[in-house]
Amino acid sequence: MLSAHLPAFIIVLPLMAGPLCVISRHSFISWLIALLINIVVVFMSVAIFFQVSDEGVIRYALGGWAAPTGIEYYIDTLNATLLVLITIISLCTLVYSLPAVDREVAKHRHYLFYTGWMLCLTGLLGIVITGDAFNVFVFLEISSLSMYMLIALGSERRQALMASFRYLMMGSIGASFILIGIGFLYAATGTLNMIGLAESIPNVSDSRTVLVAFSFITLGLLIKAAVFPVYSWLPNAYQYAPTAVTAFLAGTVTKVSLYIFLRFFFQMFGSDYSFGKLLLGEVLLPLSVIGFFVMSLVAVFQTDIRRILAYSSIAQVGYIMAAMSMATHEGVAAAVVHIINHAFVKAALFVAVGCILYRLGNAQVTSMGNLIRLMPWTTSAFIVAGLSLIGVPLTAGFVSKWNLVNAAIDIGWWSIVAMVLISSLLAIVYIGKVIEAFYFQSASEEVSNGNRAIKDPPLMMLIPLWTLIIISVYIGINGSVVVDIANVAAQQLLNGFGVSLETVNTVVTGSSK
Amino acid sequence: MNPLLALLPPLAAIPFILFFGERHKNLRELSIFIAGFVLLAINISIYQDYLEHQNVTSGSLNIFQGLTLELYAEPIGILFALLASFLWVVTTLYSIGYMRGHHERYQTRFYICFAVAIASVMAAAYAGNLLTLFIAYEAITLSTYPLVTHEGTEQAKRAGRIYLGLLMGGSIALLLPAIIAIWWLTGTLDFVAGGIIPADLMNPMWMTVLLALIVFGTGKAALMPFHSWLPNAMVAPTPVSALLHAVAVVKTGVFLILKVIVYIFGFNTLQQTGAASSLVTVAAITILLSSMIAMTKDNLKARLAYSTISQLAYIVLAALLANSVAVKGAGLHIITHAFGKITLFFCAGAIMVALHKKMISEFDGIGKQMPYTMAAFFIAALSIIGLPPLAGVWSKLAISEGAMVANEIWVVGVLMLSSLLNIAYLLPIPIRAFFAKSSEPNQATEIREAPLTCLMAIAITMLGCLVFFFWPGPVLGLLALVR
Repeated sequence: MLSAHLPAFIIVLPLMAGPLCVISRHSFISWLIALLINIVVVFMSVAIFFQVSDEGVIRYALGGWAAPTGIEYYIDTLNATLLVLITIISLCTLVYSLPAVDREVAKHRHYLFYTGWMLCLTGLLGIVITGDAFNVFVFLEISSLSMYMLIALGSERRQALMASFRYLMMGSIGASFILIGIGFLYAATGTLNMIGLAESIPNVSDSRTVLVAFSFITLGLLIKAAVFPVYSWLPNAYQYAPTAVTAFLAGTVTKVSLYIFLRFFFQMFGSDYSFGKLLLGEVLLPLSVIGFFVMSLVAVFQTDIRRILAYSSIAQVGYIMAAMSMATHEGVAAAVVHIINHAFVKAALFVAVGCILYRLGNAQVTSMGNLIRLMPWTTSAFIVAGLSLIGVPLTAGFVSKWNLVNAAIDIGWWSIVAMVLISSLLAIVYIGKVIEAFYFQSASEEVSNGNRAIKDPPLMMLIPLWTLIIISVYIGINGSVVVDIANVAAQQLLNGFGVSLETVNTVVTGSSK
Repeated sequence: MNPLLALLPPLAAIPFILFFGERHKNLRELSIFIAGFVLLAINISIYQDYLEHQNVTSGSLNIFQGLTLELYAEPIGILFALLASFLWVVTTLYSIGYMRGHHERYQTRFYICFAVAIASVMAAAYAGNLLTLFIAYEAITLSTYPLVTHEGTEQAKRAGRIYLGLLMGGSIALLLPAIIAIWWLTGTLDFVAGGIIPADLMNPMWMTVLLALIVFGTGKAALMPFHSWLPNAMVAPTPVSALLHAVAVVKTGVFLILKVIVYIFGFNTLQQTGAASSLVTVAAITILLSSMIAMTKDNLKARLAYSTISQLAYIVLAALLANSVAVKGAGLHIITHAFGKITLFFCAGAIMVALHKKMISEFDGIGKQMPYTMAAFFIAALSIIGLPPLAGVWSKLAISEGAMVANEIWVVGVLMLSSLLNIAYLLPIPIRAFFAKSSEPNQATEIREAPLTCLMAIAITMLGCLVFFFWPGPVLGLLALVR
């Protein structure tokens, strides 16, 4: 049956699309290949999502090799949802990328751009889908390496190369830490399968090897997720990458690292071990609170909209981390809700900025004068998504903040409630600054004397933008969609895998033949 | 009739306003009039429906985990909606003369934001639970922000920042946590007759804190020390100051407080715990202090703004007294103050359009040039002060009565003192206009009134002050249904 092998196809198809793009060597054809594959992948992820919600957890043995020997894909509600999220955001930004890349990247490099994009998509989907700890690292490297390349293609070559190099440095350190951690875990337990690890870790939990592994993995993931204070790669990468890449990156890459975080620390190590015994929460909470507070403050003083949004992203990661460090059902659910909501909102914001950049040539707040009249559709999209960042009711951000605050109140963390609300006020300031410029600043020199007419970008860019906006507004109005998913996901994460490695064999032989 | 319909006319007018734009001004403004009358008709029919079966509700929209959006008509809300929609029509009449006479720019944007603000006010008036009211509250802030910064000058932008910062900041930092706490404590945000917080739910001190978060977090009620946005917002065009910053926006604030006290806390809880008593003092201080500040202001609109702060505190005070007589007074005061204050603002705008004067010290002798405007100003001022035969007397009487029921006799003293202060800062203006000799030697003495539409609007609202004195029955009847 084809549908039984969807978990393999969803990885293999984009992986194959990469080489196809290289072979085509033509900018439009490689885009078309990427687009078609992406559309197929969206349908597949949706199919997997429904399969999971109908029949429960899917365990798929790659190549028919049962788990201890081979690699297993493990799909529950959380990663099925993330598969859909990643493929949809990738599709929206890919559609948008055709005109944007045309302007930002040299023609002879277009096919490389789409090759990198497909490989990155493979990597991200792979990280999310796999049930094998080492496999996570492999896919993490695939996505990171292609991401370095994509960032280096940015239009301001010098800065883009520097940003890419910085990300490469930080990212490699993070990835090596994760690798070392996984290596130690393997040494201590003799397995790389997450279920196997979850079974064996309690037996060796006091050994120094596991403690070292734990700390290496923690630090590696913090770097990858750009948690304060190891975020330094992010602002430049977001600012200088091609705008389509930034939107894709902002929506997915940090979220995927946060997903690994959830999977490893709540399910594999178990929340009792990571948060109860090793007090991970005590480390994460201060970092995340300082993170969302300080980074929101820094965002207030930025002049380039891309940097405002980049610092805001680090702040949002802080919210998610704060929710996780509560280590309660409500906290984890709030984290999942915000991972989903923020992915759509931030992608939409960066696409909107990309549209402005496409017409204006820069993204300085001071040149935004009068744009509300010149580019009404783009700016109104920005405003709607910006309100969501603030957490105004009826937007996705409100659903996130409500859940986060509710989870904090539940365990009596009133000071965290206060900090979250105060930092929301900072969000009002930095988003308000941009909106004020849209409305009331008089048109800048470039706009009034510019050669090209400043108007809304082509529909190719507006349609993906508004798709993302409509999704986020829909979540805001009918928040139960996301909240229900998050509750199921939190339940699954906190209950552990609930199966033993041995049962894998029977399941696999049953399904693969 | 479904209260959701009340949101439609102002929103439906927007495409027409946009379509006609600056090119067909008359058609543009005609479409607003039509929307205004339709809205008024809808509100009246909701009122009649309510009198018949007392259960006028829209469907509810579930957001998540039992948080719902719902519209539900109840007496105070119907009163507020009727008031706002009636005055919207009158203000539009006034705006035509004012905006054209003053050669304001971006009139299309002005009318659009105005319409959105009115739609949001309708949503607030008919809000069926605290979340809906909160959302409408934020929508009002956002839609009126462009009106405050309308002129685009540095001063206007600064005022806009203060406006957004205090109103939105206050609501998110104080009001929202209070709402979440109520949700967390009771598991519901619905407005229920008699309240949803039982008296023994928590320590009275915490209840005071919760109430304080709501009263101060509702920046639109302009209780000191969260009042400074209102004088700053006076940079907006006068119709905005008149309808929004004397009626719709600020009354949404006191309306929210009123609803929370009546339907969330409930009279019993507050009377038993005495949680509101310390806040009554804050309201009393605001009444007196802002009246005193008003006396020092030479700019007429600023003086009126401080007067508004003081009058809003009357309503907050009445609500905090937490008994049905005082709440009746609060409801009445929303109406009577609205008619009085909007007239005063209309007059201030008329003087600005006709004579280009903003400062009270320049008003010597203008009574000869603008006799009708200044006569209306005089009558409205008397109504604010609370002299018969004008409407203001009923609400002040009811609030005093409520204070006596609540056994807070000193409040009656505060109200009387405040009336004297009202006289001190309002009456010198018409006196100066009619009796002082003009300082400009060769000032023309022929009549230079504001445009006709402005005068018509002034006449209508001024007559309102008289009508409600002789005919307060329907309003009182409606308020008697508050439970």
